[in-house]
Amino acid sequence: MTDFVSLYFALSETSSTSQKVRLLTEFFGAAPQGELGWAVHLLRGEKLERGLSSSQLRQLCAEVSGIPPWLLEESYQVVGDLAETISKLAAGKASGERVSLQKWVELVRSLREAPLDERMAKVAEAWRHMSEAESLVFNKLLTGGLRIGVSRGLVVKALAAAAGADEAQVSQRLLSLRDVREISLPALAEQGSGSENMAPYPFCLAHPLEAEPQQLGEPEEWIAEWKWDGIRAQIVRRGGRVAVWSRGEELVTESFPELELLSQKLPEGCVLDGEIVALDGDEPAAFSRLQQRLNRKRISITLLKQIPVGFIAYDLLELNSEDLRNVPLGVRRQKLAAILEKAGISKRDLRLSPEVEFCQWQQLDRMREGARENGAEGFMLKSRDSLYIGGRKRGSWWKWKANPYSVDGVLVYAQRGHGRRAGLFTDYTFAVWKDGELVPFAKAYSGLTDSEIREVDAFVKAHTKERFGPVRPVEPQLVFEIGFEGIQASRRHKSGVAVRFPRILRWRKDKPASEADTVETLRQLTS
Amino acid sequence: MFAREPLLRVTPQGLYCPRADVHIDPWQPVKRALITHAHSDHARPDCGSYLAQRETLPILRLRLGAQPSQLQGVDYGEELFINGVRFSFHPAGHVPGSAQILAEADGERWVFSGDYKTESDGVSRPFEPVRCDVFISECTFGLPVFSWRPQAEVFAELHEWWRRNQAAGVSSVVCAYALGKAQRLLAHLDRSVGRVIVHSSVWEVCEALGHDLSGFERANSDIRAQGALVVAPPAAAGGAWLNRFSPYSLASLSGWMAIRGMRRRRGVERGFVLSDHADFRGLTDAVAATGASRVLLTHGYTAPFSRWLCEKGIDARELDTAFGSEDGEESP
Ligand SMILES: [Zn+2]
Ligand SMILES: [Zn+2]
Repeated sequence: MTDFVSLYFALSETSSTSQKVRLLTEFFGAAPQGELGWAVHLLRGEKLERGLSSSQLRQLCAEVSGIPPWLLEESYQVVGDLAETISKLAAGKASGERVSLQKWVELVRSLREAPLDERMAKVAEAWRHMSEAESLVFNKLLTGGLRIGVSRGLVVKALAAAAGADEAQVSQRLLSLRDVREISLPALAEQGSGSENMAPYPFCLAHPLEAEPQQLGEPEEWIAEWKWDGIRAQIVRRGGRVAVWSRGEELVTESFPELELLSQKLPEGCVLDGEIVALDGDEPAAFSRLQQRLNRKRISITLLKQIPVGFIAYDLLELNSEDLRNVPLGVRRQKLAAILEKAGISKRDLRLSPEVEFCQWQQLDRMREGARENGAEGFMLKSRDSLYIGGRKRGSWWKWKANPYSVDGVLVYAQRGHGRRAGLFTDYTFAVWKDGELVPFAKAYSGLTDSEIREVDAFVKAHTKERFGPVRPVEPQLVFEIGFEGIQASRRHKSGVAVRFPRILRWRKDKPASEADTVETLRQLTS
Repeated sequence: MFAREPLLRVTPQGLYCPRADVHIDPWQPVKRALITHAHSDHARPDCGSYLAQRETLPILRLRLGAQPSQLQGVDYGEELFINGVRFSFHPAGHVPGSAQILAEADGERWVFSGDYKTESDGVSRPFEPVRCDVFISECTFGLPVFSWRPQAEVFAELHEWWRRNQAAGVSSVVCAYALGKAQRLLAHLDRSVGRVIVHSSVWEVCEALGHDLSGFERANSDIRAQGALVVAPPAAAGGAWLNRFSPYSLASLSGWMAIRGMRRRRGVERGFVLSDHADFRGLTDAVAATGASRVLLTHGYTAPFSRWLCEKGIDARELDTAFGSEDGEESP
C-alpha cells in the first residue's frame, strides 16, 4: 500500500494527467479510514491552520541543524521552497513505518493549543524520525498547502473512479460533506437528499480569446456580455434557504448579507450564476472597491452602507429544482430574464447582465476599448447554443479583455524565483522617473521567455553591488513595457499609485533607462 | 602579513604565478599553462604549452587539438621547479586525471584545488588534502542544502529505474558529462541488466583515457534500443539525436538534481543526485584538512561560503574568476 509521501512524489514527478488520475485512484481505493478525508482535503488545495509561523520554523530549523539563520536564508533563496529547505537541513532518520497522514494532521492541529516551546519541541521531535522526503511533505502541511499541481477536477475524477460513482455526484457530495472526517468512498457514492443540499454546480470557466474573434464564426451565433470586474458567484436558493458560493467553491453567504436577503424573493429551487460587484450609486464599480468588503470577519452596518454590493446575473442553472445545464444558453437566459422580472427585486440590486448587440466583430472590437468606462474589463463571448459544462473545457465561453494599460519601467530590484525557476533571478521590481529619481511602482514575475529570463539573470548577476540578502539592487539599465489591469491613487506607495495584475509585456531593448516613463504618465492613467 | 607579492594572483588572463611566469587554468591564451583538469572552463585552447597530470594529456589533445610537442605530463606528487618555484600535482578526485596544484616558494605554500570531490568515485584517484598556507578552493555546492548520499545508494536507485523502464519496454537515457560523470556511470553499471549504448563523444573520451569499452555499444544512426541504457552528454538531450531511442525516459545525473525546482526546470523525468564536486560538508572538511589560514573561493556560492568560513575563524574571501561558467555541472 502506498503512503501519502510516495503519492506526493509520484504526483509531482509526472506531468501526465491520466497517470495522475491513476495514482490518485489507487491511493484513494486503499487509503485507511481516517486518512482518505484528509488526503482529499489537502489535495484539493485546502490548508491546515498553522501552528508555527515561517519565522518560527526557520528559527527551529537553525537550532536543530546548527546552521546560522543567515545561511538558512541564503539556502532558501536558492531552493525557493521553505518546506524543502528545512527538509534538507533538519531531516533525521526515517522510522521505517508507513507514514500515517492522519497522525501528521493530528500533530499539526494539536499545535494550535500548545504553548510555543512545546510546539517547537513537538515539531523537532517529529523531524528526528523523518527521512528528507517525509520531512518535505510534513513541512508542506506545516507551512500551509501542498501546492502539488493537481486540480480539484482530477481529485473528483479519481474519487469517482475509486467510489464507483459519477463525477457530478461526487463533486456535489464533496460540497455538502463539510466535515473532512465524513468523507469516505461509501459516503461519496450515496445520494444526498435534495432539500438540505445547498451545493453549487461546478462553475463553467472561460478561456482568454487569443485568436481573432472572426474565427469564432457568425456574430449572431454568439452572445456578448460585459465582463464585470467583480467576484464570480452562484446563488443557490433551495429548501427555503439561500447560499452564495464563490468560484473557489467557498461559501461566502455571510460576507454578503444583502444578497442573502434579496435572494429570498427568488423562486424556490433555483440557482443563478453571475457576478458580485460593488456599487457606486446605481452602477457597478471597480474591483478595488469590492476588495474592501472581502476577507472580513464581520460586516458592519457602516460598511454595508459605504460599499453596497449587487448581483449581475448571467445564467440560470436550476429552475423548479430541475437541472438546466443541458438546456442551450439562449433558452436559459430567457428563463432567467423571466424570473428576475417576476421576483420584484430592484434592478440596482439584482440585474440581468445585458446582451450587447452587435452585427460585426469589428464593431464589438471598437466597443471593447470603452469597456472600462462601463465598469467592465472587456467582453465575455458565449456561444448561444452552449450547454453549461463545469471546468475549463475550451470552446464555448471566451473572455475578450480590453487592452491593458502599459508604461515603460526600469528594472531596479531582482529577487530569485521559486518553484520551476528556483535559483534564477525572475522576480523583478520596476520603477518610473520622478524628479530625476527612480521610484518603484510595480512588481512582476511573468511575461518573459525562458531565454530572456536567462539573459536578465546574467545581467543581474553581473550588475549587483550587494551580494547578501534576497533582494538585489540592480544598476538601472534595462527597460520593460509593463502592462496592468487597473490603477488607483495610493498614499502607501512612493509612486503615489497602486497597479493591479502587473506583468511584463515586452523587453524594450531599444530604450535607454532615461527614456522610461514618469510618475506623471501613471497619474494621468488614474483619472 | 602578505606584504610581498602574492605567489598566485588573478590577472585578466587567469590565475597567475608571477615568480614562475606561468598561468594555472587560464581563460585566455597564454604562453605557459598548468592545467588541473580537462573540463572546458579549466582547459582552453591556443596556449603555447600545457603542463598537466599524465592522464589529462590525451583529453587535451582530443578537446583542444593540442600537439604532442606542446604537452608535458607529470605524475601525482612529482616535483618540478619553474624559476625557483616548486610545483606539484595532487589528486583532486574530481574526474580521471584531475589535480590540485601546489606552488611553494620561500617556505610559503599555496594550493589551487581546481574542481574536487571528497567521496571516492572508483575511477578517479581519490582526493588528498594538501597542507598549505593559502587554499584557493572551489565551492560550486557551497550551501548546506547540498549533502550527497553515498554513490552506491544512488546507483542502486538508478538500476531500479532502469529495470522498471525495461519492463515497460522503454529505454533509459542518462545525461552525464562526457569527461568524468560518464566514466563513473559506466564503471558502476550492472551489465547483466541489459544493453548499454554509448554516445560517440562519450565513447571518444573513454577511448582517450584508455578505458576498456568491451561489451558496450557505440551509438550510430541505425541503432535501436528497447530497454537499453543510453549514456549521452547533456548537449544531446532535447535534440533530435534521442528520437531513435523512443520511447525513452530521460534522467540527469547531477548535484543540481537535489533541488526540485531545478529538476523541473531541466525538464528531465528523473534526476539522480550525483556530483563530481564536493558537497557542503566535504568542502568544509577539505578546507579544515589543509590547515590553511587563508582561503580564496571560486565557483558557485562564494559569498555565503566565505562568510561561513569567516565565522569559523578562517580568513576567507571571494576570488573573482571565470571558472564555472561553461562546464555543465557548475552552472545551475
Ligand atoms: Zn571540472
Ligand atoms: Zn570548474
